[in-house]
Amino acid sequence: MSSLWLPILMAVPVLGAIVVALLPKGSTTLAKQVTLLVSLVVLALTLVMAFQFPNAAGERFKFEATYDWIPSFGVHFGVGVDGIALVLIALSAVLVPIVVLASWHDADGVKAADGTVVAPKRSVKTYFSLLLVLEAMMIGVFAATDVFLFYVFFEAMLIPMYFMIGSYGGAQRSYAAVKFLLYSLFGGLLMLVAVIGLYVVAGQGTFMFPELVGAIQDPATQKWLFAGFFIAFAIKAPLWPVHTWLPDAAAQAPAGAAVLLVGVLDKVGTFGMLRFCLELFPDAAKAFTTPIIVLAVISIIYGAIVAIGQTDMKRLIAYTSISHFGFIVMGVFAMSQVAQAGAALYMVNHGFATGALFLAAGFLIARRGSPHIADYGGVQKVTPVLAGFFLVAGLAGLSLPGLSSFVSEFMVMIGTYSSEAFGSGALAAAAIVSALAVILAAVYILWMVQRALNGPTAEPVKAFKDLNAREVWVLAPLVALIIGFGFFPKPLLDVINPAVTSTLVNVQVHNPGVAEKGAGQ
Amino acid sequence: MDPVEIIQHTTGGVIGLSWLMIAFPLVGATILLVFNRYTNRWGHLLGVAMSLASFVVAVLAFVELLGLPEAQRRQAVHLWEFIPGMVDMGLLIDPLSIAFALLITGVGSLIHIYSIGYMSHDPDRRRFFAYLNLFVAAMLLLVLADNYVGLFIGWEGVGLASYLLIGFWQFKPSAAVAAKKAFVVNRVGDFGLLVGMFLIWTTFGTLAFAELKPITAENPTTLAIGLLLLLGACGKSAQLPLQSWLLDAMEGPTPVSALIHAATMVTAGVYLVVRSGAFFFPEGSGAALAVAVVGAATLLAGAIIGCAKDDIKKGLAGSTMSQIGYMMLGAGLGPVGYAFAIGHLITHGFFKADLFLGAGSVMHGMNDEVNMRKYGGLRTYMPVTFATFFIGYLAIIGFPLLSGYFTKEGIIETAVHAQPILGWLAVAGAGITGFYMSRMVFMTFFGEKRWEKDAHPHESPTVMTVPLIVLSIGSVFLGGYLILSNRLMDWLAPAVGAPAARPEFHFTSTTGLATLALVAVGAAFAWYKYGRAEVPAVQPRGSFLTTFARRDLYGDAINESLIMRPGQWLTRLAVFFDNRGIDGVVNGLAAGIGGSSGRLRRLQTGFARTYALSILFGAAILTGALLLVGNI
Repeated sequence: MSSLWLPILMAVPVLGAIVVALLPKGSTTLAKQVTLLVSLVVLALTLVMAFQFPNAAGERFKFEATYDWIPSFGVHFGVGVDGIALVLIALSAVLVPIVVLASWHDADGVKAADGTVVAPKRSVKTYFSLLLVLEAMMIGVFAATDVFLFYVFFEAMLIPMYFMIGSYGGAQRSYAAVKFLLYSLFGGLLMLVAVIGLYVVAGQGTFMFPELVGAIQDPATQKWLFAGFFIAFAIKAPLWPVHTWLPDAAAQAPAGAAVLLVGVLDKVGTFGMLRFCLELFPDAAKAFTTPIIVLAVISIIYGAIVAIGQTDMKRLIAYTSISHFGFIVMGVFAMSQVAQAGAALYMVNHGFATGALFLAAGFLIARRGSPHIADYGGVQKVTPVLAGFFLVAGLAGLSLPGLSSFVSEFMVMIGTYSSEAFGSGALAAAAIVSALAVILAAVYILWMVQRALNGPTAEPVKAFKDLNAREVWVLAPLVALIIGFGFFPKPLLDVINPAVTSTLVNVQVHNPGVAEKGAGQ
Repeated sequence: MDPVEIIQHTTGGVIGLSWLMIAFPLVGATILLVFNRYTNRWGHLLGVAMSLASFVVAVLAFVELLGLPEAQRRQAVHLWEFIPGMVDMGLLIDPLSIAFALLITGVGSLIHIYSIGYMSHDPDRRRFFAYLNLFVAAMLLLVLADNYVGLFIGWEGVGLASYLLIGFWQFKPSAAVAAKKAFVVNRVGDFGLLVGMFLIWTTFGTLAFAELKPITAENPTTLAIGLLLLLGACGKSAQLPLQSWLLDAMEGPTPVSALIHAATMVTAGVYLVVRSGAFFFPEGSGAALAVAVVGAATLLAGAIIGCAKDDIKKGLAGSTMSQIGYMMLGAGLGPVGYAFAIGHLITHGFFKADLFLGAGSVMHGMNDEVNMRKYGGLRTYMPVTFATFFIGYLAIIGFPLLSGYFTKEGIIETAVHAQPILGWLAVAGAGITGFYMSRMVFMTFFGEKRWEKDAHPHESPTVMTVPLIVLSIGSVFLGGYLILSNRLMDWLAPAVGAPAARPEFHFTSTTGLATLALVAVGAAFAWYKYGRAEVPAVQPRGSFLTTFARRDLYGDAINESLIMRPGQWLTRLAVFFDNRGIDGVVNGLAAGIGGSSGRLRRLQTGFARTYALSILFGAAILTGALLLVGNI
C-alpha cells in the first residue's frame, strides 16, 4: 500500500515554486509571502507526518510509496523514511521557513558602507522559487529508497544551490559557485559509475535500496563500489582533504543559502555514508574504517585549528563545520549504536546550531557590509539582543552542555570510545584526540565573540540598530530548539535509535550496548 | 565504612520537590533575559527572591533529611530520561549535596542582597542579576545531579556564568580577555572530565552515582579515571597547573569574585573529588596522593602570590587558590580528610565571601580603587566594613576558636599524620597566610592615608553591611560548631563514608602550636614591614623573589611560551597550508601545465581547471588512504 505523505510533501514546494515563478513581475512582497506560506505548510505537514511515524505501518521504512519510473532499467520513484531520514527531512522543513524569513532582503542587493555594490539587485521571484525547488529536492534526497532516484536528487540539488550562490552571493560569488559545482560534479560522477556498477554487479534488475542490501558479496567489488560512493559523500560532507570548496561557497553564499548548504546539503554526504556506504558494502566499510576514522579525526582537529586563524566570520563558521562533520563521520564509522545515533542526532543539531550562527553572523554583516571580524567590536553594547543571540548560537557551536549539540557530540565521542566493533584501542585513541576539539572550539568561538562583540565600540558599529521583529522570529525558534533538545533529546533519539539498529544489523556488527555489558559484570 | 546505598526516592515531601531549588533561579534568569529591559525596574528584586526561594527549599529538604535514619539519607529523585539507554536526569539528595546546596543558596542569597547596593549605579544591573541567578541554578545542578553527565552540564553551566560575569564589563578589553581565558583554561580541565566519563562509561557501563560501586583497591583504570577527574578539578578550582585564570577573573564585579571565585564555583573541584572519592580516590591510593600533592603545591603557590599583590582583589584571589589547596589536600586523605575539606570549604565560603565583600565595600567607598597602596587608615571611615573584614581576617589566618582555625587545623593535623611532608608544607602555608593577610589589613585599614585626591571614603549602605555582618557571624562560630564533636563528619558519613577511627580535636597538639607560632611570626613580620613602617605609595622594585610572586610565579609566561605561542604558529601554519597547500600544490601544478595548455585556457576559466585538479588531488589522497589499509 502506498502512502501519499512523501509525494505530497515534495509536490507542495514544487507547486509553490511554480506559483512564485508565475507571479506577475514586480510582485516581490507577494512572492516572499507565498514562499513563506508554502514553506510553513510543508513544515506543518512534516510535523503531522512525524508525529504519526511511531505508529505508521512498515518495518524500517515507513510512508513508503513506489512507482515505476524507467521500467526497462528497474528504476523506481521509490520513497520512504526511516527514523534518520525523518529527522533530516524535519530539519529541512524547519530550516526553510526560517531561511525564507531571514532572506527577506537578500535578493535586494548588498552595498558596502562606501556605496560600492557588493551584490547587485536580483530577481526576488527567482530566488524564492529556487529556494522552494531546493526544499523539494532536499526532502526527496532523504526520502529516496531507490538508489538511482537518490543519485538524481543528489546531483539535481546542485542546480538551485549553484544559482543561489552564483547569482545572489558576495563579491566572489561566481568563483565560489564554480568551485562548488566542479567539486560536487566530480564526486557525483564517481558515484554515478558506482551506482551503475552496483546495478550491473548485483544483477537484481532493480535500484531499490532494500533489495540491494546484501546483494554484493565479493569483497573486492564491494571495495571499489564503496570507494565510488564514499568519495562522492566525502566531498559533499566535506571531509579533509576535499573540503576546500566549503569555506568559499559558504562565505560567498547569502547567509540563508549558506544555512541550507551547510545545514542540510552537506548532511546528504554523511547521511549517504550511513545509509549507502555502510549497508550496501558492509565488508568494505569495515575494512576501510581505520583510514576513514583517521581522516575524520584530522578533519576535527584541522578544521578547528584553521577556524581559529580565520579573519572572515563566515569562513570561520564554515571551518568549524568541517570540524563538526569530522565528528559525524567518526560517529558513523565507529559502528556502535551510541556513536551512530549520536552522529545522526549531530546532523540535526548541527543544522540548528550552525544555522543560528550563520544567520546571526548574517544579520551582523548586513549592518556593516563586511564579513571581517576586525571591522566590528563592541557590538554587545549597541545591540545587546543581536549579541545575545550570536553568543547563544556560538555556545551551541562549541557544544556547551545544556545545548543540543553537546548531547550529540558527547554521544559520538563516548560511543566511539566504547565501541567494540574492532576490538582495538584505535577508536578510543580517536575519541580522546577528538575530545581536544572541546578546547579548540572554545578558542575559535570565544575569540570571535571577543573581537566582534566585546571591547570598545567601533565607530561604524555605533549606528547599528538592534534586531527587528522579523530577525528575532528567525533566531528565536532556533534557539528554542537548541535549548529544548539540549535537555530533552529523547524524542529525536527515540526515532533515530531503531534506524541505527537496523543499519548495524545490515552491517553485521555485533556491538552490544555498553549498558548490557555493564549489567553482565 | 563505605557510604550507604543510594535509594530511589518514592514518597512525596520536599525531597521529591528538590528540583524546585534549580527551577526557581532558572526561571528568574529566563525572565530577566527574555523580557530584558522591561524588567529593569524590579529585576534585581526578582533575582533576590528566586535565590531566597531556592534557599528555603534547601532548608526544608535539609530538615526532612535530618528526620530520616542514616540508611535512608541518600535519595535519588528521578526526573526524566535524558539520553535513552545511557543516562537519566535525576537529583541526588544526600548529606553532601544538601550541605553544598545550603552553602550555595545561603551565601548566594546574601551576595544577591549585597549586589543590590553594590550594582545600584550600573545601568545593566538587571542583566547582572540574571547571570547570578543562572549561576546559582547551574551550581545547584552541579552538586545535586545524581550522575556525571548532569554534573557536567552544571559544571560547564557555572563556567558559562563565570564567563559572562567576569566579562560583565566586557567593553573593557581586559575583562573580555579574562573571561575568554577563564573559559578556555577551564575547558582544558573539562577535557579531562570528559575523557574520564568515557572511561567510566566504558568500564562500568553507567554514569550514575547510584550504580557505581565503592572500591577498596586501586587498579590502573580507576587510577586513570581519578587522574582525569583531577585534571577537571584543577581547571575549575584553579589548582596547579590550571591556576592562571583565577587572578585575571578578578576583572568581574566584586560580588562575582565573592560568590563564584571564592565561595562556591571554585570549590567544585573539591566536590568532584569528594563525590567520586569512594569510586576512584580510595584512601591511600595513587589518585588520592595526586590530589593531595596538587593541593599542597597550590596552597603554597597561592599563598606566595598573595604576598606580593597590591591589588586587594588579586591578593584575595591568591589566597583563594591557597585555601582551596588546603581543601584539595584534605580531599586526598580519605574520609577524615573529606570532612575537614568540606568543613573548610564551608567556613571558607563564609569568611572569604566576607573578605571579598569587605574589599568590595572598601572599593565602593574609594571610587573603585583596588590598589592597597592608595588605601590606608580606613578603619575609622568605614567601621562596619573594618570590623567584619577583621573578623574574616582572623578566621582565615586560623586565630584560635574562630571558624578557620578548626577546619584548617583539622586538615593540617590529618595531613601531618598521613603525609608528613605535605602536612608540614601546609603548616608553612599557614605561616605565609598569616603574613599576607596581615599585610592586607595593615595596608588597607591602618597607617597613613595614601588616598587619591578625589577619594571620599564612606561606609556602605545597610543593604551591603548586613550581609557582611551575617557572614562574619558565620566566620566566628561555624567552624567550631561543625568540627567539635565531629558533627560534620557524622553528618557526611552516609554520603562519603566514615573513617575507621574518629579523630578528636586537640587544642594543644604539636602541629597546632607550631602552626599558631608560625602564623604569629608571619603576622609580626607583616606588622614590621607594613604596620610599623610607612607603606610606599609606589610599588618598590622588590627582590627577585618578589618579582617571582608578582608575576604569579611566571604561570602566564609559561603558558604563553609553551602553549599560546606554539599554538599561534600552528594556527598560522595550518591556515597557510589550507590556502596554499592543498589548493596551492594544485595551483602550482596548474601553472606548470599552463604553458602547454594555453589553448584550453580560452575554453575554460583558469580556476575551473585549477579546481578540477584540486579535487583530483584530494581524491587521490582519499583513495590512497583507502588503498593503504583496504588493499583494493
